[in-house]
Amino acid sequence: MTFMSQFTSIHLDILKEIGNIGSGNAATALSKLLNKKIEMRVPNVKIVSFDEMMEMAGGAENVVASVFLRIEGEIPGSMFFVLPLRQATHFIQQMIGDINFSFEEPPYNEIALSAFQELGNILSGSYLTALSDFTDLSLYPSVPALGIDMVGAIISFGLIEHSQVSDYAIVIDTSLNEEGSTDSERVKGHFFLLPDPSSFQILFDALGVAKT
Amino acid sequence: MIQNVNVDIEKVGIADMKLVKPPQYIRTSGLGSCVGVVIYDSERRIAGLAHVMLPESSLAKTSEFNPAKYADTAVQELVSRLVNKGAKQGTLKAKIAGGAQMFQFSTGNDLMRIGPRNVDAVKKELIRFNVRLISEDVGGNSGRTIEFNPTNGVLFIKTVNKGTIEI
Repeated sequence: MTFMSQFTSIHLDILKEIGNIGSGNAATALSKLLNKKIEMRVPNVKIVSFDEMMEMAGGAENVVASVFLRIEGEIPGSMFFVLPLRQATHFIQQMIGDINFSFEEPPYNEIALSAFQELGNILSGSYLTALSDFTDLSLYPSVPALGIDMVGAIISFGLIEHSQVSDYAIVIDTSLNEEGSTDSERVKGHFFLLPDPSSFQILFDALGVAKT
Repeated sequence: MIQNVNVDIEKVGIADMKLVKPPQYIRTSGLGSCVGVVIYDSERRIAGLAHVMLPESSLAKTSEFNPAKYADTAVQELVSRLVNKGAKQGTLKAKIAGGAQMFQFSTGNDLMRIGPRNVDAVKKELIRFNVRLISEDVGGNSGRTIEFNPTNGVLFIKTVNKGTIEI
């Protein structure tokens, strides 16, 4: 039996609920931070190939702003908060009150980088706190690391654990939008939660669901 | 690179490998800690590219795995496929790029410095199969997209905000 074939639709639904609770909290935090309404999509839980994962985040060569956290504790894993450069610029302009700032061209303003890292920290922190409360498992996120680079270069780092057991990853993806953004502006911010392969059993046990 | 829309480009995904002959180019996008390994026979004009994720197949936790994912199995497989297609072992050359350290963590486990380990493993395998390493662009902390032209053996490397170089 391969690693991925052990997951049933019930398991995927549970992961979806986990994504829902976590990102719901994160969206609330983002909304408070920017003092704006934030729209959140129902989370997507997918078993995807590595290449498909890159496509979900906008394509391997696409340049994004991201915050990456390594999660240690009872369910180790990786977490990414990924924003297209335009939207990252937009958020940070509002946070630091400088409309001339842009992530499109270096050198980047130190304050802006720090603000973006803090944004990622707050959002991931609220996501993981909710997840920890819900499952009663302890999670210790690392200090967030900032990366402005190609999707492939960034996301592949979170796939290292998965790549040792299979060519697929289970990804819990939630996209966020500022309310009222037009379709052309509807560039998505994404949360990607990638529990390590060994974490799923612990996660399902904590929630009282037997794995098949 | 990139601008020339008339060129037919074979794309290699993550943990994947392919071979090309002119006039096709071969490309892989978004190399971070992964290493892009191009092995080619410049006389017979045939080239292969592997997008390697991990240094050793001993890291695999399953008995069946994809050879393109690991440095040791990828180099071996690439050499044998090239030889099958008429390339001559012993005259094979290589160019490599990637192996960056995308994120810095003080408390990370060994997998956190996977980029340099991938580079070391690829080089070791190239020596084992008697493939001469012509040039490299490895390390640093930026992602790379690479494209190889088997006609003249030029490897283009694009890095975010740093433009394109040829090696």
